[in-house]
Amino acid sequence: MAKMKGDIVIDIDKCKGCEVCIPACPVDVIGVSKNVNGKGYNYVETVNDECTGCTNCAVVCPDGVITVYRKKIE
Amino acid sequence: MDTVIKKEDIRKPENLVYKKTPLLTDKVMSYCPGCGHGTAHRVVMEVLEEMGLQDKTIGIAPVGCSVLAYEFMNIDMQQAAHGRAPAVATAVKRLFPEKFVFTYQGDGDLAAIGTAETIHACNRGENIVIIFINNGIYGMTGGQMAPTTLPNMKSSTSPYGRDVATMGNPLRITELVAQLPGTLYVTRQAVHTPVAVRKAKKAVRKAFENQKLNKGLSFVEIVSNCNSGWKMTPNVANQWMVDNMFPYYPLGDIKVNED
Ligand code: SF4
Ligand code: SF4
Repeated sequence: MAKMKGDIVIDIDKCKGCEVCIPACPVDVIGVSKNVNGKGYNYVETVNDECTGCTNCAVVCPDGVITVYRKKIE
Repeated sequence: MDTVIKKEDIRKPENLVYKKTPLLTDKVMSYCPGCGHGTAHRVVMEVLEEMGLQDKTIGIAPVGCSVLAYEFMNIDMQQAAHGRAPAVATAVKRLFPEKFVFTYQGDGDLAAIGTAETIHACNRGENIVIIFINNGIYGMTGGQMAPTTLPNMKSSTSPYGRDVATMGNPLRITELVAQLPGTLYVTRQAVHTPVAVRKAKKAVRKAFENQKLNKGLSFVEIVSNCNSGWKMTPNVANQWMVDNMFPYYPLGDIKVNED
């Protein structure tokens, strides 16, 4: 069965660390970083490789900082 | 099976499924972290991108938190005096009938100082779109009580909660304009979850498609959070919105036209 494998790219300089994307992800890919960006926000980062490329996180991000890729795996 | 897929193989242009629309500028939005304004901006701009309307649309910015909307929306825009966006949009649409014209307004702008402009533009059936962000508070000026503030809701000018007996009832202006013959499509949406955002986008799309019909005004309310004004973290504010705002401001279509 074809499986989808996804990946996200987070623009950490623009992320405001609001965490709205975290509950939107069905497979808990996103977590808060210990580090802060230039604006002083604890940005978010990927914490596992389960991403399916569903785009949920990017769709709710108020600042549009998430880019999503998805590839079909045979 | 069990072949390891490298991130570099997934992050290729042909696998791109979502990126920020170029109809939003690269400026960092002035909104607080987690504020629904950013998502609402993106929803409107994605619709305009998909309809190919970037150079055919004129937006009217309000006064309030979204006063700088023209900095973030990569289209032609005009900023209006407080509450007067529907009047400015009326003039713009009448002068440029071939353009798609919309206002983007908060509740302090649309449902308080601009009530007259809102009601009369709706009643005249101006062929424009109104995007109305309702977070039940004056965000920009420090969280004061708005006409839309819920009963018993605390704000900086109702620190013990809105007492309906002395401070009046919250105004459901969306239900009110739905009564007017000039409105064609009136709906209430939200942008706090992926499902809500996708529904809101369909509603905004319908509103802009309606402008081709020349049959009246389309009004899209988006119930949103103001986590700074409500003094909550964004996810807690979104849950509070579900528990408290949605019962008073229920989501869904209020008046629908046939396509
Ligand atoms: S695209 Fe979907 S699966 Fe991947 S991180 Fe975002 S929400 Fe999670
Ligand atoms: S929703 Fe966007 S701005 Fe907020 S934490 Fe996630 S990536 Fe950062």
